[in-house]
Formats: sequence, structure tokens, C-alpha cells
Amino acid sequence: MLGVIVLAGTAVTLWLSFVATPADAVQGEAVRLLYVHVPSVTVAYVACGITFVASGMWLWKRTEWWDLVGSSAAEIASVFTAVTLLSGMVWGQATWGTAWEWDPRLTSTLFLFLLLVGYQALRAASPDRSSRARRSAVVGLLLVPNIVIVNRSVQWWRSLHQDATLFRTDLDFRIEGLMLFTWVFATAVGLVLLAWLLMHRFRIGWLANRVEERRLGDALTARRAEATS
Amino acid sequence: MSPWGYVVLGWAITLVVVVGYVVITMQRGRALSRQVPAEEQRWM
Repeated sequence: MLGVIVLAGTAVTLWLSFVATPADAVQGEAVRLLYVHVPSVTVAYVACGITFVASGMWLWKRTEWWDLVGSSAAEIASVFTAVTLLSGMVWGQATWGTAWEWDPRLTSTLFLFLLLVGYQALRAASPDRSSRARRSAVVGLLLVPNIVIVNRSVQWWRSLHQDATLFRTDLDFRIEGLMLFTWVFATAVGLVLLAWLLMHRFRIGWLANRVEERRLGDALTARRAEATS
Repeated sequence: MSPWGYVVLGWAITLVVVVGYVVITMQRGRALSRQVPAEEQRWM
């Protein structure tokens, strides 16, 4: 059901983004990248938030469920952070004339991506399930503080990246009408996709643990058989 | 490149990466579910 909603929602988002919405007075046609770039980073932020909460819960409860929720969300976050960086580079080339600058927002987002890659590498390198969960939970707790730095970087330092468009303390929103609706709609579709991916990725982690247990059980049985023969 | 070229490129990169990830995720799930008996596949 969620998959059908995502497919239909993506089709509507494409129509809204490419056909229905007007060009921007300042950015022209390039504004159509907003409807893919900003929802992507929102999905990445929410997935990082889930990993952060799940990491804290694992350190408290030490259950397989929280480890799988955290690691599943972290993998999805790394995919959407990569997409954010790539679509942002294309948008930057179109509007700033450069795909990359060592700007606070871009650099802190790259650091977030490297943190997520490190999270995956740490899990892959850890020999047993308990140490894998413990080490990755510690890294998972670093994600939300890093997101705060990414999000606030345009206010704390001089940045090429634009300031917040919607979530502004002065309530001077920079977007309205169909453009605002398309942005919100694309974000909603992205969040449904996140829920769908999270369920499937969780199931993969669950099955991988069962396969690992079966292999360990088979190996122990074989060793016992060798010892008694 | 024209502004429309950048728009199409940005969307194309995003869709290729996300759809690719979805396909890989589904293939991983199918491959693993063949190795685990049905009674052990319940997680909810």
C-alpha cells in the first residue's frame, strides 16, 4: 500500500514540479530543483533523528529491535544525504556558477555524509552483534548534534547557501501558493517513502540476523560432531 | 547547459540513486528470505 502511494505521489510531484508550478522571479527554471533537493534533505534529517533516538534506546534497552531500527534508518539517511549533496551540486552550478565551495552548509553536510558512511563501515568491521550495536549506537548519537550544525550553519557563519525559506523566526516566509504546496507535497511523499524503506530495510536486518544465527548453529553442530567422532 | 538541463540532471540523479537503492533493497530482502524458514521470518 505504501509503495503504491509513493509511486502515485512521485508521479504527481513530477507533474507539479515540471508543469504546474511557475518559474521563480529570481532563480528562473532552476527553482524546480527545490522540489527534489529540500525534500531529500528533510528525509535524511528525519532518518538521522530516528537513528539518534534508536541509538539512545539501544544503549538503554539493549534490544535487537532498536539496533535494527537505528541501522536501517542510518543506511537510508546516507542514501538521501548523498542525493542531497549531488542535487545541491547541480543546483549550485545552475545558480552560483560553481558545483562546490568549502562553504559552512556544504562542508557540514559533507561531514554528515562521512559520519553516516563511518557508521556503516564501523558496523561492517565489528565482529559480533553486540559490539556492532554498541559502537554504531555511539556514532548514532552524534548525528542530531551534527544536523543542528548543518541547519544553523547559514546563520552562524557567512555562507553562500541561502538562509531558511520557510522556518524563519521573523515569519517572513519566502515561498507561497502552488510552489509552497508542491514543496510540502514532495516532502510528504518523501516521508512515506522513508516509512516504506524503513520497514523493508528493517526486515533485511532481521533476516540477516536469523541467517547469521543459523550459520553459527550449523558451525557449532559440525564442530561437536567432529569432536565426538 | 540551460537551466532546464540542470533541472533534468538534478532530478535524474536523484531518481536513479533512489530507485537503484529501492531495487537493491528488494533484491536483498528476497535473497535473504529464501535462506530463512517462513516461521522465523515474522518480526511484527
